[in-house]
Amino acid sequence: MRENVVIVGAGQAGGELATGLRQRGFSGSITLVGDEDHPPYQRPPLSKGFLMGKIPQEGLYLKPHETYGRFDITLRLRTRVESIDRASKHAVLSDGSRLPYDKLALATGGHARRLSLPGIDVGRLENVFSLRSIADVESLRGAFVPGRRLVIIGGGYVGLEIAAVAAQLGLNVTLLEAAPRLLARVTGPEVSAFIEGVHRSHGVQFRLSAEVRGFSLDASQRQAVGVDISCQGVQERIDADLVLVGIGLVPNTGLASAAGLAVDNGIVVDEFACTADPSILAIGDCANQPSAYTGGRIRLESVPNAIEHARVAASTILGQREPSTATPWFWSEQYDLKLQMVGLSSGYERCITRGDPSSKAFSAFYLKGSRILAADVIGRPADFMAAKRLVTGRTPVEPERLADEGIPLAKVAA
Amino acid sequence: MSKIKFIEASGAEHVVEAKDGQSVMQAAMDNLVPGIVAECGGFANCATCHVYVDEAWGAKVPPPEPNEKDMIDCAFHVQPNSRLSCQITVTPALDGMVVRLPISQTGE
Ligand SMILES: Cc1cc2nc3c(=O)[nH]c(=O)nc-3n(C[C@H](O)[C@H](O)[C@H](O)COP(=O)(O)OP(=O)(O)OC[C@H]3O[C@@H](n4cnc5c(N)ncnc54)[C@H](O)[C@@H]3O)c2cc1C
Ligand code: FES
Repeated sequence: MRENVVIVGAGQAGGELATGLRQRGFSGSITLVGDEDHPPYQRPPLSKGFLMGKIPQEGLYLKPHETYGRFDITLRLRTRVESIDRASKHAVLSDGSRLPYDKLALATGGHARRLSLPGIDVGRLENVFSLRSIADVESLRGAFVPGRRLVIIGGGYVGLEIAAVAAQLGLNVTLLEAAPRLLARVTGPEVSAFIEGVHRSHGVQFRLSAEVRGFSLDASQRQAVGVDISCQGVQERIDADLVLVGIGLVPNTGLASAAGLAVDNGIVVDEFACTADPSILAIGDCANQPSAYTGGRIRLESVPNAIEHARVAASTILGQREPSTATPWFWSEQYDLKLQMVGLSSGYERCITRGDPSSKAFSAFYLKGSRILAADVIGRPADFMAAKRLVTGRTPVEPERLADEGIPLAKVAA
Repeated sequence: MSKIKFIEASGAEHVVEAKDGQSVMQAAMDNLVPGIVAECGGFANCATCHVYVDEAWGAKVPPPEPNEKDMIDCAFHVQPNSRLSCQITVTPALDGMVVRLPISQTGE
């Protein structure tokens, strides 16, 4: 009997699972169902080169449309999976059809977290945007005009990347961040201060420790003309022609919970990407998985995780059980800076830097005892490659040697 | 269109039709060639698209930019003919090129 695999969500993880199964010789049927207009594409350039206008839309596609047909993968775009009938093992689609499955993989990603403000339906304002998809960039593009005042709410990587593009395109950018420093959850103060300085030198303004109190609307009530904030007790209105909200992602778990599967900051899966129902898997941004790296549970939002998790799921579907051992890593691009991050720094005791921030090339290593938990690398790609090994190998290092630029990173092990 | 031959570490060969102007990495992706992971999608951030350019073709491929060179120097299983396939653009001059794949892109 030919096995049916149905994948819900034609994003990075779903696309990777579909093609990975074929690559590894899976001969059953594969149907990839996605509610967007596009075949699986890369999101990272959305807030970088694509927003900047440097990459064409097809340049985002992971594979051209025709590749799926050529490898006998049925791609159903502009179609939502509305529910899962676990008893009869069917996915129910928005066009009314029912797809039988032997294995169902949820690769539903997430949606931008909505800003909730009393008395205002932020989602209905015409000049307030979020950035998650090609469609989001398309609707934002028209408003991205030199000289306009852009207010960005949220100082994470995506918000900062958009600030960099906007500043380079000639918009006047003000970025609001609730924490006292940028990237507070993911980096140390050294890197936060460096990033802030780079943006300021490009004219970006910041309000840190800023609490958004409300929006001022125009007479039609359809446009925001200002963002009202409270900054360490001081009230202020930041005038705006457009507003971008970048306050994080909420995993798409609705299908799973409606089907009675466990959800806790993501769809709960085991180390083989399986939910409690052995026929249903979940991968990528929407999944909460055990982590070999932290020893606990983790939900990651990154491309390397989506690819690795798809590989784990393909193994499971092929009957070879191979848990993930990957170390989380991530990258960002702002202006001409290349940032590469590996590991998770939470719980670090000290930070050791190499190189000189004023030369825009330095690395920050986050240590717990003699172990490097994580590293942020700016403009020193060789450090990143070395740091990835040290973090992955849990290699004990001598902190004094780590701080000494004269000693190659490969030789800092204790 | 140029033909490119990918040879996996196991010896398995894949000959693909690559479009001129695309990267060697993307040509592998479009044709589901195993062994190239390409985590960063072609922006010289990950070195998981590492290949060995066959000696006969080395001189026909423009040399690496400094950033690519730094990434390669510290990749896994490096050889003198190591390159990041996302940084090599397919041109008619590369028709028939042979690239080999490392045992692993991640060292695991
Ligand atoms: C602007 C931006 C910049 C980023 N930059 C980086 C970066 O530099 N580096 C990095 O590593 N990561 C980056 N990321 C994160 C990375 O893109 C994600 O981690 C990755 O795309 C996750 O893949 P996924 O398949 O889990 O989810 P997604 O790629 O989000 O795909 C999920 C898909 O499922 C669809 N879907 C959901 N529900 C249904 C349904 N019921 N029926 C049908 N379809 C459905 C969604 O519409 C979507 O197309 C960035 C993300 C964004 C938005
Ligand atoms: S795809 Fe990441 S370096 Fe080539």
